[in-house]
Amino acid sequence: MGISRRQFLQGGALAAAGVALAKPGEANVDAPGLRTKGLKSSTTICPFCAVGCGLIVHTKDGKVANIEGDPKHPINKGSLCSKGSSLFQVAVNDRRLQKVMYRAPGSDKWEEKSWDWTLDRIAQRMKETRDKSFKASELNKKDNKEYVVNRADGMAMFGGAGLDNEECYLWSKFSRSMGVGLLEHQARL
Amino acid sequence: MTNHWNDLKNSDCILAIGCNPAENHPISFKWIEEAIDNGGKLIAVDPRYTRTASKSDIYAQIRPGTDIAFLGGLINYALQNNLTHEEYVREYTNAAFLVTEKYDFQDGMFCSFDDQEKTYDPKAWAYAVDGAGNPKKDMSMKDPNCVYQLLKKHFERYDVDKVCAITGTKKEDYLAVAKAFCGTGRPDKAGTILYAMGITQSTHGTQNVRAVAMLQMLLGNIGIAGGGVNALRGESNVQGSTDYGLLFHILPGYLKSPEFDNTDLKGYLEKWTPKTKDPKSANWWGNTPKYTVSLLKAWYGDNATPENDFCYSLLPKRMGNYSYGKIMEKMGKGELEGLVCMGMNPAMGGPDSGHARTALGKLKWLVTVDLWETETSIFWKRPGVNPKDIQTEVFMLPAASSVEKEGSISNSGRWAQWRYAAVQPVGESRSDLHIIDQFHKRVKALYEKQGGAFPDPITKLSWNYGNGHEPDVHLVAKEINGYFTKDMTIVDKDKTLEFKKGDQVPMFKYLQDDGSTVSGCWIYCGSYTKDGNQMARRDDGDPTGLGLYPKWSWCWPVNRRIIYNRASVNPKGEPFNPKRPLIAWDATEKKWKGDVPDGPWPPMADDKEGKYPFIMVPEGHGRLYGLDLKDGPFPEHYEPVESPAKNMLSKVQNNPVVKLPKNVSSDLGKFPFIGTTYRMTEHWQTGGMTRSLPWLVELVPDMFVEISESMARQKGIKKGDKVRVTTERGSIEGVALVTSRLKPFKVEGKMIEQVGMPWHFGYSGLATGDSGNMLTAAVGCANTNIPEFKAFLCNIEKGGKKA
Repeated sequence: MGISRRQFLQGGALAAAGVALAKPGEANVDAPGLRTKGLKSSTTICPFCAVGCGLIVHTKDGKVANIEGDPKHPINKGSLCSKGSSLFQVAVNDRRLQKVMYRAPGSDKWEEKSWDWTLDRIAQRMKETRDKSFKASELNKKDNKEYVVNRADGMAMFGGAGLDNEECYLWSKFSRSMGVGLLEHQARL
Repeated sequence: MTNHWNDLKNSDCILAIGCNPAENHPISFKWIEEAIDNGGKLIAVDPRYTRTASKSDIYAQIRPGTDIAFLGGLINYALQNNLTHEEYVREYTNAAFLVTEKYDFQDGMFCSFDDQEKTYDPKAWAYAVDGAGNPKKDMSMKDPNCVYQLLKKHFERYDVDKVCAITGTKKEDYLAVAKAFCGTGRPDKAGTILYAMGITQSTHGTQNVRAVAMLQMLLGNIGIAGGGVNALRGESNVQGSTDYGLLFHILPGYLKSPEFDNTDLKGYLEKWTPKTKDPKSANWWGNTPKYTVSLLKAWYGDNATPENDFCYSLLPKRMGNYSYGKIMEKMGKGELEGLVCMGMNPAMGGPDSGHARTALGKLKWLVTVDLWETETSIFWKRPGVNPKDIQTEVFMLPAASSVEKEGSISNSGRWAQWRYAAVQPVGESRSDLHIIDQFHKRVKALYEKQGGAFPDPITKLSWNYGNGHEPDVHLVAKEINGYFTKDMTIVDKDKTLEFKKGDQVPMFKYLQDDGSTVSGCWIYCGSYTKDGNQMARRDDGDPTGLGLYPKWSWCWPVNRRIIYNRASVNPKGEPFNPKRPLIAWDATEKKWKGDVPDGPWPPMADDKEGKYPFIMVPEGHGRLYGLDLKDGPFPEHYEPVESPAKNMLSKVQNNPVVKLPKNVSSDLGKFPFIGTTYRMTEHWQTGGMTRSLPWLVELVPDMFVEISESMARQKGIKKGDKVRVTTERGSIEGVALVTSRLKPFKVEGKMIEQVGMPWHFGYSGLATGDSGNMLTAAVGCANTNIPEFKAFLCNIEKGGKKA
């Protein structure tokens, strides 16, 4: 037919949008060029299920302009499901959190706070709880002996299936350094 | 997955049980359809007639929670009809191993049960050993105490009629499944089993998985192209988060988190390093000391020395079970002060959400790190509570999305794939990497200034990821891979390799137990080498035609695309299936061709250096008979905790080692219907990532409750009516969806209806609705504690909450 599969797919998208195509050759002048011309592109992997489909993110002036399936990716070859196709709305969405928010005990509203204030206060809370709940040793009821355990049982750390590997690694390293035994995530559910 | 997504195309028969890939892993269907185009068969086994079922050659309906009966029947069918791959079973599994004479099984119970503690003593299930300490074997597999004979005896009770009475499956459908799938026991056929939460979310979930693996071993389907035991994982990096040890019982790379009685490094290594006296067993976990010391070096750097046990004493030691459910129990009792949620939503994701939401209110402080408001971050203003009554201090930190940061994620097929930052994080949001980095740096500064309880694990931690605003993700990835801490000369057979201090370690076989190497997660050693970031590779070449794509991204371990692949060849190294060779031994060149083999040794038949294929267990043979499970060496059918049926196979109703919570009920007068939860393409998990996207909300805007046409008639419910569903835990409202996808089950001569619902909805986001997990019970698998979300009892009434 003289057009690539990718151009064919783009033509299909145009047709679905109600634009009549006189003959297949006209797909060569349709949206792909116009839509992504002059845009920067980089690849990514879908953040939803664990199939690991590839996508291309197009940006203009530091903003996401378009996201579509990566035709070179061996798993999805450009295809995406409805969630993957909606990744654009994760990147560009008014409901995304933009600021650090704080809710004081007993309060009925959020207050905007700075990162610096918040991170300091969280670090203090973590330290207080760690110091207060730290167990240097614990009695084993089966043999009635004390064992060194060096654990802080007053706090739990949850999550990780939505994080990158490098983040998971530091999350594990940080949590264990804090003496946290109560470290769990979505794989247990 | 032992295999990977593209490999599905190589299968002659795909059995999807307890999963619905067309719905929940839609793009995997590209490769399932390619298998079908190539003449393969698709079998769907599910309580509901799903999107996957609609594309299948054979659909078999199964009552929720009866998978062991179903799979046990297939095991029996294969054994009774001589459909097993005999050579594979004899040579590669523990079928020929003899078991101690203490082993016994009577009417639903294995031997050595402690009725008080509700635990077994698995020592009573050990192998019988010879004078040298090796397991005794009978290669004819005729000894009545060999695994093969015990297996046959155990599963002969699972005859087709009995199985169908339990599972509610039509006999003709069951026989069609058995014939099609057990037909892959031939060496030239490949069958794969796909599963997801329908298998794992059960009080006998681990034994469900074992039943899958056992059937695959009997049919010679593990280690081959188009075969395997394939868990379809549901979150983009849940494979990676597990690999990196974000669970109470493990450290990165599946090393065990230390227990209280592993008092020093020597004691830890003695406890967790498996041993074998059989020279033909590779016993890969025998390398545990190298991986442990390399991890300690990654965490404690120059502070970790041989003299101080590489800082082993700085690790916390566990005493007891701290799984998710136990933590929520503690939280509910007010025993926890703080909780940090990194992209996790416990007000929604766990069972008995009503309890979870109350428990959050017992915390002194809560930190949520997410892209959105979640049900967890706004639990204090959820419907029906007064914020004034909740004294929890809440910090809600805005996180960057996946296109706003750089790093890798690992898919279900173990491919670690690199992502790039396309744009800056929106507003003031920041990457999780930055946030974790700040947590550490600020806590450390406080301890350095103020002192406190045992500061050493924090102040001595090695944390060198550059001086930028963000930690340098490449430095983190390089530490994970690992590097040499001094100049090294390593002699590897005929090669002498020279490494300089600081060089990246090329693969995990060069990791050391003396502190001369660092590696944050040994299974990822090889992902970031002197040749650069292997996870970022984009060469889509496919030299074997099997879809291995060896130069696309990087796959653990050592870029091996299909694990246990030494089981795809006979003991001489010749492929069982010459039409689809995955690896083959080249006797002239004395090397393996094809996929990266499971170890470099020559074929098993080689007297001097040959090794058994199942290298991760000390006996080197796949375990048809399990040694270290909490609930028995063989899977045995028990009913879900809430069930409309009596156990038809024994007098033991539920998994005997599972302790039941108070708020479960099998009172069919109150709760006459089977409830089950599920997912859909248009939403994802607790809905945080989808219920705020207008496109997806337009597709599925409301919480719905799916019922059959017969139940709709019986209850006078029409499509679109508001209905209320109630269990012993709670009550929710939804919109009735009446479909022919659901059908009642025949249970003990009576028809029992089922009620299906998604668990994606909650009170936060653009589209809101009641949560399915308000109904589910906090009771889980005997081995993993994964909750039994898939099978419970409920009632349904027309008219919603106001009725």
